[in-house]
Formats: sequence, structure tokens, C-alpha cells
Amino acid sequence: MFMRFIYKFSSPPYFYAISGKMLPWLSALFLVLLGYGLYGGLVTAPADYQQGDSFRIIYVHVPAAWMSMFIYVVMAISGGIGLVWRIKLAEIVSISSASVGASFTFLALVTGSLWGKPMWGTWWVWDARLTSELLLLFLYLGVIGLYSGIEDKRTASRAVAILALVGVVNIPIIHYSVEWWNTLHQGATVTKLDKPSIHIDMLIPLLFMAGAFKVYYLVALLFRSRNELFE
Amino acid sequence: MSEFFAMGGYAFYVWTAYGLTFVLMLLGIIKPLLTNKQILRSLILKRKREKTS
Repeated sequence: MFMRFIYKFSSPPYFYAISGKMLPWLSALFLVLLGYGLYGGLVTAPADYQQGDSFRIIYVHVPAAWMSMFIYVVMAISGGIGLVWRIKLAEIVSISSASVGASFTFLALVTGSLWGKPMWGTWWVWDARLTSELLLLFLYLGVIGLYSGIEDKRTASRAVAILALVGVVNIPIIHYSVEWWNTLHQGATVTKLDKPSIHIDMLIPLLFMAGAFKVYYLVALLFRSRNELFE
Repeated sequence: MSEFFAMGGYAFYVWTAYGLTFVLMLLGIIKPLLTNKQILRSLILKRKREKTS
């Protein structure tokens, strides 16, 4: 029963039709979540007693960073599925995720710098968190470059899947970097096995922004995948 | 209102961060949309060519 669903869904015409129907709803959902998140983050949430209003960068920095890692894992898993079961749609989802993930990684790094300059006094530091996130950006760019460098798209997908899977070891490194090493970047506030160490009024808009960015990823992914199907 | 734009003195950092995010995310939607239009246009042209031959 489940396999029938997979077979149906991985058929390009079916996927194209379903994604076409979903897109307007997903776009509306994205805008609603974004609206709530932005209003909460920029207006309602109180200013930080130490950082003032500069902390509001968190509402783009953290969701972008979370997405940079989440998308990489999706890219690696769908790449792996394409590699093992030779499902074209899995290969398409994998490569379509790459540029979205790269953008979020870039944004995480740049918004982080913009936050670091007034707060830490520096645009950059080679601590474990920042360095491993930069490595993630290089992995994404490597995937994009490798794919465009290989003529046959099926072979390109396989090469890229291997690169993505090898690089997935970087994801837990990024997450635990603030624990395993002495980093300037602060420790985990939300993604840990404990109560979040952030005030609820500041946390709620963050969760809305994270949700908005996830829906955005789905929208961008569907748009790109639909194009790749025509190759 | 001007307090909102001033962001407690951190206006440059906060608004550049949000601005960049907004621009990149917007481009990430516009670009595939334009590509889709271009693909459909080229398919229509291809169909026309095949019909006349």
C-alpha cells in the first residue's frame, strides 16, 4: 500500500500535478507564518537586556542556520535513495535542494557576522562552529559545481549523492561544535535535551520563523524540482 | 516608528541582515519561476516546429 503511494508519487507527471496544486496553499502558509514571525520578532519580543535590539538578528540567523543543516540532510538522504533505488525524483529532489541550502548557509554566515560585529567586536573568528558552517557552504558549492560539471545527468546525480553522503558527517560536527570545543559562538539554547534557555516571548517568534523557512524550502524545492523534471 | 527603524542604534546590522535574507529568498523563488516560464515557452516552440515539419 505504502509502496504503491511511493510508485505513484515518484512518477513525474503525478508529482508535477500534485505539486502544482500544493504550491498556492504552501505559499499562503509561508506568508502567514512569516508575518507572525516577523511581527513577533521585530515588534512584540522585548529587547535583550545586554544586546538590545541587535539580538533580533536571531530571527533570521537561527532559522537560516537550522535550514542549512536540515536541507543538507534531506539532500544527502534523497541522494542516497536515488543512488540505491535509482529513483529519478529522488535525484531531482537532491540536486534541487542544493542551491536553496547553499543560500541559507550563506545567509547564516553573513547574518552571523552582522550580529558578531556589534556584539563580539569581530566579523569572523575561526572557532569550531563558524568554521564547520563555512565548510558546509563549501560542500554545497562542491555539490552544485560537481553536478554542473558532469554532462550526463544520471551520472552527475550519483557523483553528487556520494559527495553529499560523505559530507553529512559535518552536520553533527556543526551541532556539537559548541560542546566539543571552546567556541566564541554560544552554546545550544533550543536544540538540546533540556528546557530552552530563552524567554518564551522571544522563543515563539523564532519557532514561527523556523516554520516559515521550512515551508519556504518546500516551495522553492517544488519550483526547482518541477523544472528539473523537464531535463 | 523611528525607534523601530533605529533598532536601538544597531539599525545597519539588523536591517542589512533582514534585507539580505529577504532579497536572497525572493530571488530563490523568482529564478525558478522564470526558468519554468522559459522551459514551457521552448516546449511550445518545439511542438510548433514539429507540427509544421
